[in-house]
Amino acid sequence: MLPTNHTGLQCAHCGEECPDEGISLAGVHFCCAGCRSVYQLINQQGLCDYYALNRQPGASQQIPVRKDKFAFLDDSRIIQKLISFQNNEQTRVTFYLPHIHCSSCLYLLEHLHKLQPGVLAARVNFTRKEIQIDINHQVVSLRRIAELLTQIGYEPYISLADLNGARPPQDKKYIKQLGVAGFSFANIMLLSFPEYFGLAASEQHLQGIFRMLNLVLALPVVLYSAIPFYESAWKSLRHRFLNIDAPIVLAIFITFGRSLYEVLSGTGGGYFDSMTGIVFFMLAGKVLQDKTYRQLSFERDYTSYFPISVTVVADDREMAVALPVVKPGDTLRIHSEELIPADGILTRGNALIDYSFVTGESMAIPKDMGEIVYAGGRQKGGTIEVLVTREVAQSYLTRLWNQDALRRKQPKEQSSFVHLISRYFTYVLFGLAAIAALYWWINDPSRIANAVTAMLIVACPCALLLSGTFTQGNILRILGRNQFYLRDAQVIEDIAKADHIVFDKTGTLTTVQDMNVGYEGERLSNDQLKMIAAVAAQTNHPLTRALCSWLPHDPSLQVEAFREIPGEGVAGIVNDTLIQLGSAFYAKNVHPSNTGGSRVYINWNYASKGCFVFTSHYRDEVPELVKKLRKHYRLSLVSGDNNREEKNLRRLFAHNSTLLFNQRPEDKLRHVEQLQKMGKRVMVIGDGLNDAGALRQADAGIALTEDTNNFTPASDAILEAAQLSKLPKFIRLCKANRYIIMASFFLSIVYNVIGLYFAVQGTLSPLIAAILMPASSLSILLVTFGSSRLVANQLDL
Amino acid sequence: MTVIIILLGASISVSALFLAGFIWSVKNKQYDDEFSPPVRILFDDKPGDDTTTVDTQ
Repeated sequence: MLPTNHTGLQCAHCGEECPDEGISLAGVHFCCAGCRSVYQLINQQGLCDYYALNRQPGASQQIPVRKDKFAFLDDSRIIQKLISFQNNEQTRVTFYLPHIHCSSCLYLLEHLHKLQPGVLAARVNFTRKEIQIDINHQVVSLRRIAELLTQIGYEPYISLADLNGARPPQDKKYIKQLGVAGFSFANIMLLSFPEYFGLAASEQHLQGIFRMLNLVLALPVVLYSAIPFYESAWKSLRHRFLNIDAPIVLAIFITFGRSLYEVLSGTGGGYFDSMTGIVFFMLAGKVLQDKTYRQLSFERDYTSYFPISVTVVADDREMAVALPVVKPGDTLRIHSEELIPADGILTRGNALIDYSFVTGESMAIPKDMGEIVYAGGRQKGGTIEVLVTREVAQSYLTRLWNQDALRRKQPKEQSSFVHLISRYFTYVLFGLAAIAALYWWINDPSRIANAVTAMLIVACPCALLLSGTFTQGNILRILGRNQFYLRDAQVIEDIAKADHIVFDKTGTLTTVQDMNVGYEGERLSNDQLKMIAAVAAQTNHPLTRALCSWLPHDPSLQVEAFREIPGEGVAGIVNDTLIQLGSAFYAKNVHPSNTGGSRVYINWNYASKGCFVFTSHYRDEVPELVKKLRKHYRLSLVSGDNNREEKNLRRLFAHNSTLLFNQRPEDKLRHVEQLQKMGKRVMVIGDGLNDAGALRQADAGIALTEDTNNFTPASDAILEAAQLSKLPKFIRLCKANRYIIMASFFLSIVYNVIGLYFAVQGTLSPLIAAILMPASSLSILLVTFGSSRLVANQLDL
Repeated sequence: MTVIIILLGASISVSALFLAGFIWSVKNKQYDDEFSPPVRILFDDKPGDDTTTVDTQ
């Protein structure tokens, strides 16, 4: 590729490269007039701290937003669905602003009242990337607010999903339960000291008070903090499956029951401190493991992909209409870069539709008037009009989404090996308890209850649960820091177990933004290339645009008699030479070759010169990634695209891998299903709606995205495209998860054996329990954190 | 040694107070967004500002 001209100047607003020094203000340079006007607006209002807090915090304004884009915010029916509160003069609304990314954003957005009178207050929730704005709706309209936000680079993302009401607030139950458990644990520990160190004879009457206080403090833990464990255990028992929480609940009950008996009968102090401590540590693990990425959504459906409203043309008037209201027979006006929300017939304009997100086909498809266009495509050319033939809910895309085969698979039963081990562990423990009971029944029946309960207290598989939750929680955190976000802890094991990886091509192995341009034919001089560029620059077709960015540019060349035949090509006269660019048919090339890629043919005064070949651009890290992965995995490639690049791909992938082309979304799903029937555990890496079925069917479905703010299909994990090369490392970290848990579990068994040594003899004193339990918990914490950190460091994550 | 009982009552009620404060802070959505508050406090509004930020909570 030829490099484009570098000016070395960075836009003061957004940091993009400036094309020249033409756009500036008081010695500061900008990439476009849009950025300059934002800069000016912000400085006029004395908000220049925006630029002081972070370098170049703005969003590029190079692609202007259409003027009427937010016209639908004048429609009170739509407004009613978006606002959370309204009275005579005040309206409160919450917008999702994907661009929020730094403290400057926070600063500017919370000073919105300086840019716009009528704004009463604005408050940003950074984690959710939301802004809550109170406005005086008699002074300023909601539409004006949305337009102002767009103007300063924070375009609100309002999708069809917003019509279904606000997003649910996140659940903070665990944190409260953790707080209560911590409170009880700390106080009980303090109040247990007299029990352990003994009281003088004159203070014996105080002992009862200490014990009763412990009992009272332990109640909220048993009745409130431990509820998540009861729920989980009850759920597993109803499914006739013994998960790890069942023996833990048993241990909590037995410990509490025995302690209650000891306190009430005055025979001892009980094990309240051990019990509350364990609940506290286990809850801490759960909180850590439950860390969700609040700005991400793993369950998005088509409604959050579709806009909230469309422009309907009736009697030559444009109206913004909420999408669900659109009926067959309506005429929609679709502007450039907008989504076609319903199936219909093209009635005006030249459509050039990018279906890459739906079908995986990377090239935009030209459509002529009278042809059918399907929902989900993005218009790349100018404005078009579409006569709706099917309601939104009936369209191709929506039906694709609602197909039974694509429905969310049954929730996976918890197959984690942690649960498996815990089951064996429980059986062994019950066996030991039975033997101890038998022994004491023969020798000293009065000690049976004592020994058996003590064993169950000591040997509850809390250590196992702690190892699991803390290791997984920490690994989730490490992966999240590397922009690989997992839905939950189970996904770690699913990734570790996978033995077959299925790749999508378009958007996953290739990038959508870049195209490789090659040339075949007669040699062209530099001047000739400039002349071709001048003709190509006259039109907006994606191929000619790609050509322009690749060819040398000379603004002084004049193009005369320019003509464009949509769908075929362009022609123009430069320096008295007629230059035609276009498809093989248009350029009357007699030998159209078909070896791959899209082509643009050149005619020079009616004589054929050659052609430019466009091939999709593979991400730079792909060859190395595939080479690494093919050593340990069977690979498949399923592409909705045609097979013009099969040869290259065959060379890259190993011989035993499967390459499938022209795959419809259902075909991809079938392929995954077949692999699973052969006993494979399949990991799918895809990016678009066309992969949605395969991603759901897969044991581990990873959605790749250029930007986590973008729409991604439902998946188990979301990976930022820039981190794709780290995938083998991520997999290794997920595999290490199992060994770390095993190791710390082994450690806890050592503690258990010591505890059991006392317990089987019936001599487990609360003091020993109180030392053993926190000691084992803490050392497990250290081992799991330390070793997962160590592995991550070694992998350079 | 009745002083012990007074001390016990005092210490537990102090810690109960902290617990109540903690639960209040969770309910008050203080754990919803851990980035904004520490940054927000550092913004100085220049003297002569006609408006002040209104608390929306």
